[in-house]
Order: sequence, then C-alpha cells, then structure tokens
Amino acid sequence: MSDMSGLRYVYAVCRPFEAPLQAELTGVAGNPPKLLRHGDLVAVVSAVPEGDFAEEPLRRHLEDLDWLSDTARAHEKVIAALTTVTSPLPLRLATVFRDDSGVRTMMEDEGERLHTALERIAGRVEWGVKVYVDPEKSAPQSPAAEPKAKPATGRDYLRRKRAEHERQETTWERAENFARRLHEHLSRHAQATRLHPPQNPVLSRAPGRNVLNAAYLVDRSHSEEFVELVDRTKDEEPGLRVELTGPWAAYSFSSLDDYGQRAAEGEYDQGARGAYEGEDRR
Amino acid sequence: MTVVERREIALVDLLDRLLAGGVVITGDITLRIADVDLVRIDLNALISSVNKQVPSPWPETLPEDLPRALPEVS
Repeated sequence: MSDMSGLRYVYAVCRPFEAPLQAELTGVAGNPPKLLRHGDLVAVVSAVPEGDFAEEPLRRHLEDLDWLSDTARAHEKVIAALTTVTSPLPLRLATVFRDDSGVRTMMEDEGERLHTALERIAGRVEWGVKVYVDPEKSAPQSPAAEPKAKPATGRDYLRRKRAEHERQETTWERAENFARRLHEHLSRHAQATRLHPPQNPVLSRAPGRNVLNAAYLVDRSHSEEFVELVDRTKDEEPGLRVELTGPWAAYSFSSLDDYGQRAAEGEYDQGARGAYEGEDRR
Repeated sequence: MTVVERREIALVDLLDRLLAGGVVITGDITLRIADVDLVRIDLNALISSVNKQVPSPWPETLPEDLPRALPEVS
C-alpha cells in the first residue's frame, strides 16, 4: 500500500476475512479498495486525490449534488461488496486520513470500541421500512366528497371545506396509527431499531408524504421472515404505501457512543429524530 | 405495498445512511471532515439549493408572522 499516493479514504472497518474482494471493484475516485490490517481489525481503504478530498475542496464538493451522489454510490458499492463476504462496520461518508499510518493509529486508538460495534452487528443486516400516505387516495369515499358542482351558498362552501378538513384529519390519524403499529410490530422482530427523520419529498421525489422512515437491525438468518412480515402489511390500509429497502450493511447501527443508551421500550415517536431506540436484545 | 428491489438505490435512502449513519471517527490525525455538524449543515445547504431548482409540488405554507404584516381590514 506504500505505493499509493494521495489521501486515504476509509469505507469500513471489519474483522479479518478470508474471501477476496471482487477483482474489478473500484471505489471513490475510481481507485480499487485495499485491505489494511492492524491487529484484529481490517480497514478497507482507497487512495483519493488531495485536490478533491482535502478539507477545503471536500467542503465545497459536499454541496454539489452530483458529486455527492457519485461519491455516495461509490461508497455504497464497496460496502455492498464487503457485505457479501463479512459484516462490515461502515464509516461515515468522506472519512479521510492523511496516510496509512493515520488509519492504523485510528484502529489502535478506537480498537476497543470498534470491536464492540463489530460484535453488535456481526451476522446482521439492516432493513429500511418507509410508510407514505397520499391523502387524496386514502380518503374514504364519503358523500361529501362527491358533489363537484359549485356550492350554492357560502354556508354550503364552508360545510364542504369542513368535511374535507375532517377527512384529512382522519387520514393523518389513520396513517400515524398504522405507522406506530407497524413499527412496534417490526421492532419485536429486530435486534435494534432506529428512526430516521421523514424524508424531504423534494429530495426523494416520492409521491405522498413520508410518515415513517425506520431502520431495523435483523439477523441475516431471520431476514426472510422479516421481509415476509413487511410484505403482509401490503393491503392493510388503502392509500398507505409501505416500502422496504435492503438488505443494507448496518449503517444506522454503527455509532460507537450512544447505542443502547435509551430504554428498551422502542416507543414510536416522530420527535426522536435519528435516535436509537431499544437495546440490543441478544 | 411495493417491495423495492435493488435495481437503483434512491439517493435519499443512501444519504439517510451515509450522512446520518456510519461510524464517526474524529481523531486528531483525521482531517475532521467526518464531523457530523459540518455534514448536516452541508446537507441543509444542499436541500435548499435543490428546493430552489425544483419548485415545490404544493403551495408553500405562509410564515406565521405574515398575516400580521397585512393591512388591517377595518
């Protein structure tokens, strides 16, 4: 690795593994990822040019959606490849060190906490579950919704407006109850859960409003079962859409610090933006 | 329900994980660019720049203090 020039981009830290990485695999900036072993840990790194990844250019790049998108996809490609051979502990996007020795020092200093985190996610994957509501489609058919003719009087108009408003209220309530029930149900089949903030519809371009954006840490061996659980919610509520993504590497469960600090209730709370819920129930 | 297959991962799903997940390492030998707050600020800047380019599909809600600025109807 001493022949690599430039900075070091670190994708993940893993336990040592036997299987080779795909020969053709390239990472961020088009360079192939290499394994850098230090004790019982392996960092997956690739060389990146200083002109793009030093602090200043990186700060600029992070505000460029195309650059961010390419970099995020390249990062995920490496993590996805690792996921086929081990349970990698992914690092935050754009974690860069000056050189190999910087990466080794990090593994030395953080060794114990990295091992703890690796143990927590060993043999597990993350599944993402989102619930969307489309108020138009989910509104139950009521006579008040049908007349399209102009209201005859101001009072008619107000009455119609109020009926519309009440219908929307019910829709949100229904959506929220459904999301809460689904989250509680799925939490019982996961080792840990995490709620991400609902997604910005402008960025996601997804129709409807995102009311649940959750991540579940699930044993690989129970994943099929978990997917079936989600699949069974398919026709439960008209107008609500459930989306499943994964399996992901355990991105949402990789914190070295605040994991398991919260009580194990796993209570659904839209205010708990990105906070860990529940403890590891091994 | 739509079970999304892994054809193309949506960028937002990826960013949820890459910008809010993953191990944050801040040692003094790092360039300190994995700093959470920095990334969060940049993402906000990003979202607002996207918002400017793509008009919102529904009318913006008025800021709460706006009605007070309107002339009073006597």
